[in-house]
Amino acid sequence: MAVIRDVMPTFELLQPSTVADAQRLLEQHREDAWVMAGGLDSFDWLKDRIKQPKIVVDLSGIDELKGIRSTNDGVEIGAMTTLTEIVHHPLVKQKYSVLSQAAELVASPQIRNQGTIGGNVSQDTRCWYYRGGWPCYRAGGNICYADTPVGRNREHAIFGASRCVAVHPSDSVPALIALDAKFVLRTPKGERIVNAEDYFVGPDIDITRLNILQPGDLLVAIRIPATWAGAKFYFEKVRDRNVWDFPLMNVASAMVLSGNNIERIRIAVNAVAPRPMRLKAVEDAVRGKPADASTGEMAGRLAVQGAVPLQFNAYKVSLMRNLVKRAIGGVQEAQWAS
Amino acid sequence: MGFIEWATNPWGRSVPIHIAWFLIWAAVIGGLLFMIVHAIYVGIFAQHKEFAKNDSPATLAAIPERVPRHSLVARAFHWIMALSMLVLLVTAFLPKVGVRFDWVTYHWIAGTVLTVSILFHIVHASFFLDFWSIWPDKIDMRDAMRRVMRFMGKPEPPPDRFAKYPLENKLYHGVIILAGLAAIVTGVFMMKRVQTIFFTRNPYLFSDMTWGMMYVLHGLAGVGLIALVMVHVYFGIRPEKRPITKAMIFGWMNRDFYLEEHDPERWAVEKASSSQGKRG
Repeated sequence: MAVIRDVMPTFELLQPSTVADAQRLLEQHREDAWVMAGGLDSFDWLKDRIKQPKIVVDLSGIDELKGIRSTNDGVEIGAMTTLTEIVHHPLVKQKYSVLSQAAELVASPQIRNQGTIGGNVSQDTRCWYYRGGWPCYRAGGNICYADTPVGRNREHAIFGASRCVAVHPSDSVPALIALDAKFVLRTPKGERIVNAEDYFVGPDIDITRLNILQPGDLLVAIRIPATWAGAKFYFEKVRDRNVWDFPLMNVASAMVLSGNNIERIRIAVNAVAPRPMRLKAVEDAVRGKPADASTGEMAGRLAVQGAVPLQFNAYKVSLMRNLVKRAIGGVQEAQWAS
Repeated sequence: MGFIEWATNPWGRSVPIHIAWFLIWAAVIGGLLFMIVHAIYVGIFAQHKEFAKNDSPATLAAIPERVPRHSLVARAFHWIMALSMLVLLVTAFLPKVGVRFDWVTYHWIAGTVLTVSILFHIVHASFFLDFWSIWPDKIDMRDAMRRVMRFMGKPEPPPDRFAKYPLENKLYHGVIILAGLAAIVTGVFMMKRVQTIFFTRNPYLFSDMTWGMMYVLHGLAGVGLIALVMVHVYFGIRPEKRPITKAMIFGWMNRDFYLEEHDPERWAVEKASSSQGKRG
């Protein structure tokens, strides 16, 4: 890890109080502007002096971007809503508990008080070679230091690697994908709404960023439709220590059952690929089948097909297989055949 | 503003990582400037071509209406190479100007097609075509000097007509060999750094400095090829060059153009029945 130097480089701090002002500033400064939400990702970069933007646009003064609102078709969460608010919001807890569970497992209470949902889904990868400032592919260089015979890649990708093997670190994203959330963007061309899984981009398409936001774009809200309200949810995060850690892997599922059979399901995992993965093939395969151990076994095996582990992360294959099993069949795996 | 981008590797050493991407635009502008200058030269300053001619009646009688120039195999190679080159340039440089797609996969596939076609061409040209027809000879040099002197108003005899390929064609071929081989050789090594079906990845094959120089050379060859391809397309569509372009499509050029620009003594026409012989 880089040594935090604690003295940030000089930049111009702009603090708009409306979305319109923020948009104007972002359009005006485009590539020169750094968008800061809660600051937890931003301050790492700035204090390490690895990113040295000319302009920082601080969104914390924009009230329009804060809060959780009930809508005709579900709920809308402002991008600057803190993770703590999401954890404790009664509507989210009651109808979309997979999201409050996921948000509660992010980092530490202090970080959840400051961190926002927009920042959590838009944060950069935690690959330490990249965060350490080495000139890797993602940083504009010509090598992936993690994907070498001796590279430390225990936390890296088993799917979707294309030159870069870093993974997306968010805990809230799989829950949002499972809930079929829509991300609302303001772009210079107008408002754009994308499905949660389409907000993210892999290194095969753009190796320098994890999401589709272009200079001048702003994520303003996340809308969760009522489609999956009150469904049977599952969220599990596996990490090296039980507080203040990024996921080695996490999984979220939303199921609607008919009797014990799976009528509808959405399932997503993160920290296995450069972008969060919705497991469409698994969803198709288990639809109509009982939500039990044998379906979970089958789903787990299907989920890891095509995984390509690196030197030190083969454990992620069995971890993913088991998490997907549990997301479908529950946690009674002790009774299952392994 | 340097031509090469440098970075510090984990061992604290400054290493090149790639060319500066503004060179893409420099190549495009360079190619455009060449076209403009050439078009002005041809339109305003160039004198009418004048060649020394002394074809015997027997020679003239032996020239068919359609003069075979490129075999089907040679034409197929040319167009496969052209297509793969275009794919390589598009997949290499569009992402640098903001167009996002899975370019690496298309790039190495097109690079493989180009490499295989070039290997085929080397064997084909060396053993089945007139290998020396594309290389400048003494007469080319002498005639080039004569053309320059005559352009400057010096009393020089007119140059001979061209052999199979005009000198500028031969020089272009030489430059494209240099740029193409530089891109291909470095590109083949670079495939060791990405996932392909051919090699096991080994990013430690060379030192960071050697890899960096390889990326720089690959980039320089690439931007050079942008300008070279632009110029090639420009000549391909110029009115006075169209018979040559048509010959690359249909395989033959007409008798009048042949007698006007090519010397039957330097490029002997083959009989139609032996048209599958040594043609480039």
